[in-house]
Amino acid sequence: MFDKKKLNDIKQKKEQWEGGTLKKVLDRFPERKEKFTTISGIEVDRLYSPLNIEDFDYNEKLGFPGQYPFTRGVQPTMYRGRLWTMRQYAGFGTAEETNKRFKYLLEQGQTGLSVAFHLPTQAGYDSDHPLSMGEVGKVGVAVDSIEDMKVLFDGIPLDKVTTSMTINAPATVLLAMYLAIAEEQGVPFDKVGGTVQNDVLKEIICRGQYIFPPQPTMRLTVDLIEYCYEHVPRWNTISISGYHIREAGATAAQEMAFTIADGIAYVQACIDRGLAVDSFAPRLSFFFNAFTNVLEEVAKFRAGRRYWARVMKERFGAKNPKSMMMRYHVQTGGVTLTAQQPLNNIVRVALQAYATALGGAQSLHTNSYDEALCLPTEQAVTVALRTQQIVAEESGATETIDPLAGSFYVEALTDKIEAQIDEYIKKIDELGGTLKAIELGYIQKEIQESAYRFQKEIESGERIYVGINKYVMEEPPLTNILKVDPKIGEMQVERLKKLRAERDQKKWKEALEKLREVSKSDENVMPAVIEAVKARATVGEICDVWRDVYGEYRPKEFV
Amino acid sequence: MSNGKDRKIKVIVAKPGLDGHDRGAKLLARVFAEAGMEVIYTGLRQTPEMIVQTAIQEDADVVGISSLSGVHNYFFPKVVQLLRENGLADVLVVGGGIIPAEDIPKLKEAGVAEIFGPGTPTQKIVDFIKQNVRKK
Repeated sequence: MFDKKKLNDIKQKKEQWEGGTLKKVLDRFPERKEKFTTISGIEVDRLYSPLNIEDFDYNEKLGFPGQYPFTRGVQPTMYRGRLWTMRQYAGFGTAEETNKRFKYLLEQGQTGLSVAFHLPTQAGYDSDHPLSMGEVGKVGVAVDSIEDMKVLFDGIPLDKVTTSMTINAPATVLLAMYLAIAEEQGVPFDKVGGTVQNDVLKEIICRGQYIFPPQPTMRLTVDLIEYCYEHVPRWNTISISGYHIREAGATAAQEMAFTIADGIAYVQACIDRGLAVDSFAPRLSFFFNAFTNVLEEVAKFRAGRRYWARVMKERFGAKNPKSMMMRYHVQTGGVTLTAQQPLNNIVRVALQAYATALGGAQSLHTNSYDEALCLPTEQAVTVALRTQQIVAEESGATETIDPLAGSFYVEALTDKIEAQIDEYIKKIDELGGTLKAIELGYIQKEIQESAYRFQKEIESGERIYVGINKYVMEEPPLTNILKVDPKIGEMQVERLKKLRAERDQKKWKEALEKLREVSKSDENVMPAVIEAVKARATVGEICDVWRDVYGEYRPKEFV
Repeated sequence: MSNGKDRKIKVIVAKPGLDGHDRGAKLLARVFAEAGMEVIYTGLRQTPEMIVQTAIQEDADVVGISSLSGVHNYFFPKVVQLLRENGLADVLVVGGGIIPAEDIPKLKEAGVAEIFGPGTPTQKIVDFIKQNVRKK
């Protein structure tokens, strides 16, 4: 991009500046720190210039939006065509309460739904299981059966909204319920759109909502992908998630690298099943975090898009450009929020949302300022939604595509993060692939090491965190916090009792027997799961069949 | 207790219920070990009974419970109660995680010695344990 003569000229001028103007100032006023780093620990130079990206080849590195390698974005018009989907993750208490919150969010201009299920549903237990004690309705909505799911989507037309569901090991079960309800609403499967997370590997790496051992749980993941390719073409069959990897302590580059490593494992598993790469790959989607260091996040997103496109094209031989697009949802960084001076979190979230917009995401959840203390109140959620609306409508970030491209710093940082991703992928390949690297604890230990380094930086004061290690003040505790009704556990247990007493016992039993049979065979489980949920089998009952057939995952701890 | 005089402080770091947020628990396990304590990390999905069973088997001095899923009001008092029923009333129980300020007085009344919220310097937790652990 720069000719040799110009570069030499710039180099000379830079040396003169360093020896003259700069040196004079540095001699009198040394800089604040010896070394400046991003929040991920990447060293940042004083100044970036063409010298940092000497061999920069525009067409090879950036290209144009909607075209390989998609560095500048996956759509040709990006936000000039359509803003990202505003999708707030919500769910607590009973299906009735969450249905109300959903309707409120839609009235406030939200454009997609995102369901938070309570932990028993995510771990494949019913609300009356001993491990569900104290958890019912706490961090998400309690869904035990299709009856709860019906209430959850009551009055919400499933051909008009798209719904994202954070559900992993039991993803087939919740998708089956959703499809059964769509059918009851008269919406054909090819008009149903949404996403299931369905990313079981990151559950094993860091999120903890695993149920079955890696091999059978991957089989269920692939069953869902295969079924949707054939029957639910608008469904995003997986949301390969770096979000939780970052929350657990990873750096920006590690977040992207380990997510891509998981992505490689899923693509390989689908190919091993006999699926053609260009059949299923266009429906793969991703989910990332956004921290407050805006420029590092933007570089991460751009590096990730470029790297994934190369993986799909070169490693897996994809031909369809859609197979090479890293489409992703972003949630702002939960772990960046402070319980201290919680209103400051609004500013953090605004910067994170701004980074997301500059980075080119397809949908966004902005966190609420009170989330280091409790589940968000309606007021806090409204501020969070307004924050992304302000970024979308007022900041100017949406008027041109990939506005930071060509910044010497952002391009150098994009290259740097891409190189770090590449190093990790090579290392994981050397170890024998993603599953092996997880089994060895390699990925987990890398994440924990970063978490530890970050904590030490905070405690030594090397890294400043406002309200934590600087600008600290005494303050009264936040009083307006959301409380989940403690009686909801009993209510949900009552509902289950009623369901179990009233359902057609013969139909229920046959459906579960059929599921068991199919689960032991090579047949896709989805049709049998749909029949089981229609026969009022619960999440726990269906997962119990699989616990029996597949066994349970017992993690090794790497502390 | 018949512990030797130089025995290290023994801490159980426990994750109750179905909560998968273990960044804090794992970090503290490492910090405690570096502060000279002996640490047993239970891993995820522990019932109160399992946590107390581990405390008994390991002859632990301290049980630290980390909860970010809102189960603290059920879990923390239950662990204290089971420890007492098993004659381990002198085991120090501390907790941390996402715990609203208004819940803390009740938890302390139930016998939890201290609650450490997000942003607490780890040294503060180490110091608290060293000052309040049962004397041998």
